Amino acid sequence: MLRYTINRILLMIPTLLGVAVLVFLLLRAMPGDIVELRFMMEGGQVSPETLAIERARLGLDKSLWWQFYDWMTGIFVGDFGTSMWTGRPVIDEIASRLQLSLQVAIMATILAVVIALPLGTISALYKDTWIDHLIRVFAIAGLAVPSFWLGMLIILGLLYSFNWIPPLTFVPIYVDPWHNLSQLIWPAMAVGYRYSAVATRMTRSTILEVLQEDYIRTARAKGVFERLVVSRHAMRNAMLPVVTVVGLEFAFLIGGLVVTEQVFNLNGLGKLFVETVTRADYTMVQALVMLVAAFFIFVNFVVDLLYAVLDPRIRYR
Amino acid sequence: MAVVTTTPEITYKAPKRRHPVVQFARTQPLGAAGLVFIVILFIAGLFAHWVAPYDPLDLDYGAMLAPPSWDHWMGTDAFGRDVFSRIIYGARTALAVGFLASLLGSGFGAVIGVVSAYFGGRVDMLIQRFMDILLSFPLIVLALTVVAVLGRFPVGGLDLNLIVAIAIPMTPKVARVVRSSALAIRELPYVDAARAAGYGHTRIIFRHIAPNVVAPFLIMFTAFIAQAILLEASLSFLGLGVTEPTAAWGLMLSGTSQEFYSQAPWMIIFPGVAISFAVFAFNLFGDSLRDYLDPRLKV
Amino acid sequence: MIRSKLVLIVTVALAFCWTAADAIAQTPKKGGILKFAVSAEPPDYDCHAATSFAFIHPVRPHYNTLLKFDEPNYPKVKGDLAQSWTVSPDGLTYTFKLKPNIKFHDGSPATSADVKATYERIANPAQGVRSIRKAAYSDIASIETPDPQTVIFKLKARNASMLTNFASPWDCIYSAAKLKEDPKFPEKNVLGTGPFKFVEHAAGSHWVGERFADYHEKGKPYLDGYRAIFITNTAARVNALQAGEVLVEFRGHSPADRDKLKAALGDKIVVQESPWICSLVVTFNTQKKPFDDVRVRRALSLAIDHWQGAEALSRIALVRSVGGILRPGYELAAKESELVKYPGYGKDVNAARAEAKKLLDQAGVKELKFKFLNRNIPMPYTPVGVFLIDHWRQIGVQVEHDQPETKAYIANLRGGNYDVGLDFNCDAVDDPNLQLAKYISASKSSINYGRYEDPKLDDLYNRQKGELDQKKRYALLREFEQHALTQAYSIPVIWWHRIIVYWKQMKGWYMSPSHYLNQDLQDVWLDQ
Repeated sequence: MLRYTINRILLMIPTLLGVAVLVFLLLRAMPGDIVELRFMMEGGQVSPETLAIERARLGLDKSLWWQFYDWMTGIFVGDFGTSMWTGRPVIDEIASRLQLSLQVAIMATILAVVIALPLGTISALYKDTWIDHLIRVFAIAGLAVPSFWLGMLIILGLLYSFNWIPPLTFVPIYVDPWHNLSQLIWPAMAVGYRYSAVATRMTRSTILEVLQEDYIRTARAKGVFERLVVSRHAMRNAMLPVVTVVGLEFAFLIGGLVVTEQVFNLNGLGKLFVETVTRADYTMVQALVMLVAAFFIFVNFVVDLLYAVLDPRIRYR
Repeated sequence: MAVVTTTPEITYKAPKRRHPVVQFARTQPLGAAGLVFIVILFIAGLFAHWVAPYDPLDLDYGAMLAPPSWDHWMGTDAFGRDVFSRIIYGARTALAVGFLASLLGSGFGAVIGVVSAYFGGRVDMLIQRFMDILLSFPLIVLALTVVAVLGRFPVGGLDLNLIVAIAIPMTPKVARVVRSSALAIRELPYVDAARAAGYGHTRIIFRHIAPNVVAPFLIMFTAFIAQAILLEASLSFLGLGVTEPTAAWGLMLSGTSQEFYSQAPWMIIFPGVAISFAVFAFNLFGDSLRDYLDPRLKV
Repeated sequence: MIRSKLVLIVTVALAFCWTAADAIAQTPKKGGILKFAVSAEPPDYDCHAATSFAFIHPVRPHYNTLLKFDEPNYPKVKGDLAQSWTVSPDGLTYTFKLKPNIKFHDGSPATSADVKATYERIANPAQGVRSIRKAAYSDIASIETPDPQTVIFKLKARNASMLTNFASPWDCIYSAAKLKEDPKFPEKNVLGTGPFKFVEHAAGSHWVGERFADYHEKGKPYLDGYRAIFITNTAARVNALQAGEVLVEFRGHSPADRDKLKAALGDKIVVQESPWICSLVVTFNTQKKPFDDVRVRRALSLAIDHWQGAEALSRIALVRSVGGILRPGYELAAKESELVKYPGYGKDVNAARAEAKKLLDQAGVKELKFKFLNRNIPMPYTPVGVFLIDHWRQIGVQVEHDQPETKAYIANLRGGNYDVGLDFNCDAVDDPNLQLAKYISASKSSINYGRYEDPKLDDLYNRQKGELDQKKRYALLREFEQHALTQAYSIPVIWWHRIIVYWKQMKGWYMSPSHYLNQDLQDVWLDQ
């Protein structure tokens, strides 16, 4: 077990390094650069010398090797550099947006779990009845509706029924819970539907599987009440895969709010990501991708560990 | 209840031979419904020039932003183009992007998966690490970056680079699933026998292993068509997907629609419904296909 | 059609007069916070390195400039920090008297030394300091400060644009003391003399300013403060306006947004409209075949029906007028009667398209196909692109619309990596020297992306620049236009139209033909 854990941790390093190299090269292969964009996007007559000075200022005139080396050595001492666009530290830029994205992700998760557990269980227990079909259709529809479109519909509905739109600026929940929730509940709902659909399907299929396990049959044969079978035995054993899916979806949401945040004008990581990619703000994009990838890899790792700890049937070499 | 369903094979009746499609429709009514819708989409896309009442590119300055009416069932957009016709033609774009991207992504993924499983050892290790790297990029983040890097390469209104951008994030997922299916087969005696007989790698891979991973491949392929359609819509929404004036659903939600949707809601409602229905149909079909072919596979 | 246009112009003009008269008639009330939307965000805080309206709108209220435009009497200039000024008869000496009691937000007095330090920073930036508009001030030979209230600029050569330059919204006056400590001080700090003090900038979210009590104009500003909210998504912005979350957005709305807001809010809102000093320009890459052939360029130019396009586009996009190289309505611009005589501007489009097909035949170009490079900004680039492609389709030309994101678009235009592109030309003021720069030889202009050399255009450009007689200059400009449009390297397709919709409690704000001007919010007040 310990060996497995250490192994997994060691494996994370080459993966992260690979992500770093890939994003570094991808960014430099993009056409256009931040300096041209900054000074020429509104058509000014800027001399080539000015552009060159600005490039030198941002270190873009240095060789690729040097830029990569500079970035990597920075990371090892905890310095992610400054944004090429705003000049502020990358860490500050991300920190000011993280809270919002994290909160939306958490709210969507809660919403998803609250919907998915009962629906998935009912669907499994009444397999191939009309209830099951209905719930499956609900879940598959959840995967089909683009969340950003759902968001647009929500805004339209609010605007037309109440002539009201969610607040435009973010206030932390501990400062003004009402303001905070009335801004974030809508995007949480828009992404939460898809999320709950994924979790419902997972719940259904794992409970179906568990119901066929020997010990459940034994319990049934011993005459234990159906409801008890489900609540005591099936549910507990079905939790693991569901937790996995919830964890992975959560990790996905942190970076996956990209489009929905645009619709709701949320100042979160997704919007920051789109903006920085379109600006070719290398330092920012690199840091964001590394953050999301690290988070994703970490969640994966934790999920695998949980499996190993909780399910004795799984043995890792 | 579950106990009963596990023992139907005990009754020995001469099994009636049914056509697989009929068999599928009987056991998977939801999937069959999905299939019907997919077929309708195909017909609409293929024969768009007969089905659609207007040319999707015809600007009509006299009927800009017209609400739904007998002349324009789903209204018109900011250029006076018929929304219904654009949705019909949009089916073409959606299916083309969906199929090509999914074919490319799952095809490439399947090849990588099989190769990785067959050779094992170092090769497997290296390939798997690279797939890990791709997997740890969020789907849309990777697609976004790839679109930005590759730029555009439009052919007949379809951006080939967009298809590549959508396909790349799918590859590692397919590779994973196919690899694990292929791993199980690699150990089977007949593969050993083939190897002992001195057959080449290519022959063993294509003749012996590949046919056995067809089921997971097909399942992933259908599931990813749906994903590709969704991803194309998201990218188009961000202004990185298909470009005007091509008729495409995702595009109909973005650009000028963003300016007008609150006063002309039909501009976004119908394309959104079209996307949802198409993705829904493919998911429904894909789900049932999985239940039909390989119920244990997790996608 | 002409009649309806006339009626429209009259109504707009009336509305304009009405709002202006209304604003004057009332005495301003004090207090209140003005909330407005900005569709982008300033990268850093240095005026001299900024180029975007997204900078002007939140930052300009913190600063003063030497002169400013006198809205609504544009293009007249008036003093901002300057109380009065004189220009010597030889046009080489500009003497400014500053207003008394000007203070920076930290309480220190602002004097001629600060003006001198500011303009030295603009004209001769220190190492590492970026001054984007340096070239416009290269005629300054020296700056003298005989006393704290007086600044004297001595020029090396006559420059007809100099007063306009001193009214540039980008020339924020900085504190000499701070610049001496650190020439880069303004990049990360806001310290001006303007009507509002800097309070907060929440990155990605909003910008807050509060009333500066010691402002040198007694009683102003009227507002207690302002809050600029960054909203990038267009629909979100309009929705915020409709719900009253913001009172105004100062860049401009599309006609459809205006109509929608008018329908939803009725007389709670006021609309002001103005022609805009921005044009969209079709540019041919003359180094690529077949666009090196003037016949092909002419044919594509002839296929465009400017008049019908303007009529239709003005209903959905923030564009309106057909024009030449200068803004329609500007005193030096071509009148409509002259415009229709330029090649490609005639009103008989069928004849023009027949001629276009003939020209293509003569050039031996069959089944012309090309990629059209456009910016992926929905308003107004996409509608204009769609409309152009439709018009080219009418003469059998097949066009692939290529809309990469802005930085790739700029890189492709600058690098000559395109066939035909939709370029834009946006300036803060009407000035032939600025607007013509796009059309002179590539070796003489950093913004000519057609990659051609035309000595005749360069010669005409220089002659009009030195011509102080308006009539003669007008004639030279027509000659320039005639030649440029006959060669058809670049064709101005349509001029933008600025529409500002705001809640009627906002008063004291005047429209100008540029979204870079008149944004210090000094005279704005809330009637509530």
